[in-house]
Amino acid sequence: MIEKKRNLWDWTNSINRGIIYVIIGIVVILPILLGLKEEVQISPSVSSAYETIESLDSNDVIIISIDYDPASMPELQPMLKAILRHAFEKDVKVIMLVFWPLGLPIGTEGLEEVAKEYGKVYGEDYVNLGYRPGDRAVMIDMGKEIRNFFRTDVNDILLDSHPMMRNVHNYNDIALIVGLEAGRFGEFWVQYVGSRYNQRIVLGVTGVMAAETYPYLQSGQIEGLIGGLKGAAEYETLIEKPGFGLTGMAAQSWAHIAIVMFIIIGNIGYFMTRRK
Amino acid sequence: MKKRVPLVITFVTGFIVIISFFIPHRPFGPLETDTLIWYSIILGFTLLIGVDSLVRLHVRQMRRRKAGWWYSIVFFAGFFYCLVIGIMSVIRTPNPFQPGTIFFYGYKTILIPLQSTMFALLAFFVASASYRAFRARTLEATLLLVAAVIVMIGRVPAGYKLWTRLPGIANWIFNVLQMGAMRGIMIGVALGAVAMSLRLILGIERTYLS
Repeated sequence: MIEKKRNLWDWTNSINRGIIYVIIGIVVILPILLGLKEEVQISPSVSSAYETIESLDSNDVIIISIDYDPASMPELQPMLKAILRHAFEKDVKVIMLVFWPLGLPIGTEGLEEVAKEYGKVYGEDYVNLGYRPGDRAVMIDMGKEIRNFFRTDVNDILLDSHPMMRNVHNYNDIALIVGLEAGRFGEFWVQYVGSRYNQRIVLGVTGVMAAETYPYLQSGQIEGLIGGLKGAAEYETLIEKPGFGLTGMAAQSWAHIAIVMFIIIGNIGYFMTRRK
Repeated sequence: MKKRVPLVITFVTGFIVIISFFIPHRPFGPLETDTLIWYSIILGFTLLIGVDSLVRLHVRQMRRRKAGWWYSIVFFAGFFYCLVIGIMSVIRTPNPFQPGTIFFYGYKTILIPLQSTMFALLAFFVASASYRAFRARTLEATLLLVAAVIVMIGRVPAGYKLWTRLPGIANWIFNVLQMGAMRGIMIGVALGAVAMSLRLILGIERTYLS
């Protein structure tokens, strides 16, 4: 049997996946190791998220909902830190709660880290309510009384013993909800809390979820949308505190270029081999 | 009796939740609160059913020595680690996930790297799949290919450096073309959910009883 000799076009039409993996690995790792930072253009959706938090008064109370786990951490953790920095900078008080049980430690770590940076005091400037099962049920009933589901905080301390919680009972006392989402809970916030209680909402979602969340922004059901690592990088730019979002953006930028180059090479190979 | 009781429970709870949306006053408001708390408690117990099912599955696999049965040993190692260390941490502190606890240490050194690694692998698969799938074989495939390339490049800083108007075009694809299709899908799904909910509440749909 005579083996057909592979020419350049055959090769470009079927590049070994190992080569693709190695090149993607290099373009992702190198920018992070070198600490490269890319300048990002601010999109209207992130700008409106920023403006919403910027419009809050000091002592306003916001809820940050941690609805993600370590798998989505590279995209959503920079968002959490950037939003917390913005909120604490403005002396806005923060209540954190969690609907993904595995999100509790990373949320707590982010909250404690940023609170320490700004010298904030637990119970006076921020409170961590922890995890409760029941997502939609919890969201709806918090509109009547937060204590129906969160009688105590994550450390089993009664909510009323925290000075900042004494006058916070339901959504009437909450200026904004920020949902950081890797699943469907962002939709639940909009459908069960936004529509029923007229609550202002800003969502931060993973890159793949941005497409399905955009309609809520256009219809005005949410006031801002931070999409993926790019959104996090934009927010870091807006608050002038560069973090992992901007570093990760350089890696993402080069990875996208590499993928597009592979697509172009593949198509050239496809057309040249088809001609023959 | 076996069928009537669940049907009555479904009808009554569904009715209470719908009515209390429009009339959030006594007696419907407090009734809704109770219903939602029950839902949360029942949801907590469903975790136990999940654990039971998972343990049974792995015990069965180990007994029958099915292919890859030794992965079940890894499962049991992780399961008992979480159970024992979790209970120990709960006894010591109200929040076992508190930084500094042994449970948190396991979470940080085992779970975070494992989950992050699994998710990071997607980058390699997406790159390889994009190279193979995005071929201009037909007109539709070509349109998909062009849109994908514009969005991929337009959404990163390199796109702006390449051509300043590229991010605008990518946003237009996102905000107009994509959004129209997505909104249609979402409205369709919502109408389907309303219809299915009504069928469940009125007892027309009974497959959940079997």
